[in-house]
Parts: sequence; C-alpha cells; structure tokens
Amino acid sequence: MRPDLGIIAEMIPNGSRVLDLGCGDGALLENLITQRGCQGQGVEVSPEAFHACVSRGIPVVSADIDKGLPDFSDGSFDVVVLSQTLQATHRPALVVREMMRVGQVGVVSFPNFGHVTLRLQLAFGGRMPSSRTLSHTWYETPNIHLCTLRDFEQLARAEGLHVAERRLLASNGGPSAPWRRHRPNLLAAGAAYLLRR
Amino acid sequence: MSTISTPRPGAVGQVETHHVELFTAEAPLVLESGETLGPVEVAFETYGTLNADRSNAVVICHALTGDAHAAGVHPGAQRPGWWDNIIGSEHPIDTDRVFVVCANLLGGCRGTTGPASVDPATGQPYGLRFPLFTVADLVAVQRALLAHLGVSRPLVAVGGSLGGMQVLQWALDYPGELHAAVVVCATSRLSAQNIAFSAVAREAIMRDPNFFGGDYLANGTRPSAGLAVARMMAHITYLSEEGMREKFGRRLQERRSAPRSGFDVDFQVESYLQHQGQAFLDRFDANSYLYLTRVMDYFDPFADMAVAGPKLEALDTRFLVVSFDSDWRFDTAHSREIMRVLSAHRVPVTFREISSPHGHDSFLLVVPEYHRTVGAFMRRMETEALANAGPP
Repeated sequence: MRPDLGIIAEMIPNGSRVLDLGCGDGALLENLITQRGCQGQGVEVSPEAFHACVSRGIPVVSADIDKGLPDFSDGSFDVVVLSQTLQATHRPALVVREMMRVGQVGVVSFPNFGHVTLRLQLAFGGRMPSSRTLSHTWYETPNIHLCTLRDFEQLARAEGLHVAERRLLASNGGPSAPWRRHRPNLLAAGAAYLLRR
Repeated sequence: MSTISTPRPGAVGQVETHHVELFTAEAPLVLESGETLGPVEVAFETYGTLNADRSNAVVICHALTGDAHAAGVHPGAQRPGWWDNIIGSEHPIDTDRVFVVCANLLGGCRGTTGPASVDPATGQPYGLRFPLFTVADLVAVQRALLAHLGVSRPLVAVGGSLGGMQVLQWALDYPGELHAAVVVCATSRLSAQNIAFSAVAREAIMRDPNFFGGDYLANGTRPSAGLAVARMMAHITYLSEEGMREKFGRRLQERRSAPRSGFDVDFQVESYLQHQGQAFLDRFDANSYLYLTRVMDYFDPFADMAVAGPKLEALDTRFLVVSFDSDWRFDTAHSREIMRVLSAHRVPVTFREISSPHGHDSFLLVVPEYHRTVGAFMRRMETEALANAGPP
C-alpha cells in the first residue's frame, strides 16, 4: 500500500464504515477491512480499477464523483475518503460538499502545489512543474484543479468545515520531516486533512 | 484478472430436465397469502458437481418466460439453453467450479406446477382458480428444491429481471442464507409505465374470444391471438430503439408475388415480431403469463420500511447489481434505487451500469464487460467460500 494511504488509514477509527471516493484498486479499503475491522465501500470511475476491486472482494460502485453522490444518503458513512483525487475532479467544491453530506467526517489528501520544488521550477525553469506525485505533462495531466495547502484550507472555511487534523506528507507519501512543519505550505509535498462539519 | 472465453454453445454438454414433487396434498406449499397449494411439482436442471461440503451451489432464477433449461443441449435438440452463453466450463458461471441449479418458476408452464396443471380437486386445469402468489412464494419453492438437493446455504443466487427480483427477495427474507446475490437489470418496484405495459398484455389475452375466463384448455382451445400480441408488445420493451434501428431499420421484407392488401407484414421488424409472437405460443401458457406478470406488478419489498428496515439491517449478503444503459424496461434508475436503499442500510454493494445497445435483453446476450464483471465477482465469491470453509 502507498505510504500516504497508511497515514490516511491511521486517521480512521477502527470499525468505521468507510466510503472511499476514487478508490482505485481498493488497496486502502482492503487494508481497512482486513486489518481494522472497517466496513468498506468504494466508488471508482475507471473500468480497470473497478475490476481490480471486484476481484479482491471490495464492494465498489462504478460512478463519476463529479456528478455528486446521489446514490448515497446523508450521513450514511462514518468516514468518507478522497485520497489524491481532489485535484483530478472537475468540481472540487461540489465533491467536498457531497462527501461531507454523506459522511460524518471527511479525509482529503492531495499534493501541495505550493511546495518549494514546484515553485522553483515555475519561477526559474519557466515550465509547468512536475514531481513524483505530479508526473504528467501539462497537456496530458488529469490533475486539473491543483491547489496549495492554504488554498484548500480556504475552500474548507468557505464550505463551513473545520479542520480537525492535518498530517503533512513527504514527496514519497510518507510523513513529512518535523522541521518542515514550520512552513508547511512551502515545505510539505502534500497533506491529509480530517474535516468535520 | 478474469478472462472471458468465447462462449462455446452447449459447453455444458447434453442435459435433461428433472422433475420432483416438493409439496404434496398432505404437506402443501403455504403461500404468503395463507392459501395452500399441493401437490407442487418442480422441473429443474443441474450442471457441474456439488462439492463435499455443499458450499458451491449457484441458483439461477429465470425471468418471466424462461425455464429450467438454462444451459447445455437436450438430446436431439439444436439450440442450447437460454443462458448457455454465461454458464459452462471456463464461463463466468463456471461449471468446473460451481454446481448450478435452475428451476422453472412456480406458476410457470414448463414442467413446474402452474395454472395449466390439473387441479386435483376438479380433475381440470386450474385456470384462474390457481391461487395468486408472490415473489416470496417463488423463493419458497426455490428453497424447497435446494433443500431437496441437500443445499442449505447457496453460494450465489443469480437472476435477471424477474429473476433478479427473486434474488433480492431471497436475500431480504433469509439473512445469512445467500453468501452473494447477483441482481441484473431488475427492479424493487415496477413503475406505472411498467405496469401499464403488463396491463395491456393481459388485456390482449383476456379479450381473446378463446380465453373462456381462463378455461380455454377445458374448451379445447387457446387464446393464441391475444398471447401472441402480448408477447409482441412485451418484446418491443425488451429491445432498445437503437438496437431495433441497427437490426431492422426500415428495411422491407422480400417482395412476394401475391397481391398485397396494404397491411401485410411488409417491414422486417413486423416479420420479426410476428415470429416472436408465434414461436411463443409453442412454449407458453396464457394463464401463466397473467399470473407471473401480476407477481411482478405487486413486487415492492421496500414499500414498508417498518418491515424492510430490520431485514436490511440483518442483511449479510454480498451484492452485485448490474444494469444496462439502453434498457428502458427496467432502466438504470431501478438498479440505482436498489443500490441506494441497500447502501442507506449499511449494506455494501458492487454496482455497475454497463454499456450495451441491446436494451433489457442485454442480460441474456454476450456483452463482454458484463460477462467480465459477473465472472470476476463469481471467482471472488468462490474464493471467499473456500476461505470460509477453512482447512479440511
């Protein structure tokens, strides 16, 4: 499992009912179900990832989260996860609003576009930045709504959400080094947020 | 990753339909209404081998006009069973791994007791004296057959349309009994439009001068014109506009030399529907059509949440729900509603709408993504059953 998924898993209480939006091959949900006694449900738009979930026994709904979550009732999940997916959605505010409608709490992780290496690439290289997590060329990237940590926190405030916890991520997805906490928006490669209404 | 083999017709080999009396006059079937019915004979087929711990049974629940002959070929026959493309060795429902059971429905006319059967009280066919029954009663007979075969916990129940409705009812009424449920292009509640189509079909049958209040068999006749019209109209709802355009367009039949009245079967689509209507007469009983469409009209397992809620809370069945984007008989909204209700009651669901031009009939056809999805789900359920069984 990717290191950032391990960090997200730590933010989810054992035994929770978890909805993972853009669950990919279901690795996080499988970990939560088998190791943490959670009940898992995935949502995934890619047919290949859908099949990967079915083959490993992860319940998965084939749907496009940009169209909202009309199949899921208010507050029907303890936790809704959106890991490394927000920046690829067409309507990030709608997606965040819908996840907080369906879940008691939300966990959102994304790459920090304010990270120093990206800023330097644009400032001095004069090219669209790329990194380990943002490896696509500008013309092929699915990441159409990149943001910084401050940008996201501003969205959370605008949506009336409270940041209950923030974990900073290193470029490999693992925990960010402690000294980077002093200037997270500049020094963290990404973050995972625990949001409450 | 599951692969989809090209279906080989009749891969199951030569099969035959078996018959068993599951309920008797002394120990009748007690229907949901409280009425009793006995004897009840059931026609069924099986494919594959039941394993030692009886944990690999897969039940096929057929739709409105299906029968027990789901796969393989009967002696001397050319055409294989109605779902032969999904059942067989290395097929999505893999007879090398699972034991498949398919029975003709209660109220049917293909070997299981129904309105055309002889009422022991009168010595005449039941006709409309056959008791009304429900999807729950269809499930009761399915379960009785499995008990007869020594299976108390089927691995998976699979069904399309009315078959899927039975699977849903089964999962709700007997929590923990089905390990998994595959519900394809089904509904938890017919729409007004769905019921309207059924109503017109029934009118066509009942207004046929040969209907005789349902006692046509005793009068030595059958309401063939009405039944054929009912089937022709229903068949339109099973296809999609796009599918019909592709298959027939506005193409005309070959010109015949006989003079035309102006209302002959000119267009190919007319000829096709006529053939569907006529062929149906050879294998279906009009009263069965009335009863089984009525069963569908009244199906509404989520109507009363005071009853359904506790059943949903107790559910412990894995669900695969599948719909097709061109199906307008039971469109995706019907499947989404099933998914929405299950999920709202904390039941995990796997759901996918599959793209296919063939309308409601898609569930009977080889749609590669559909077969791939069912195959992957089945393989996983087989693995889970092995894990549950534990070390020998």
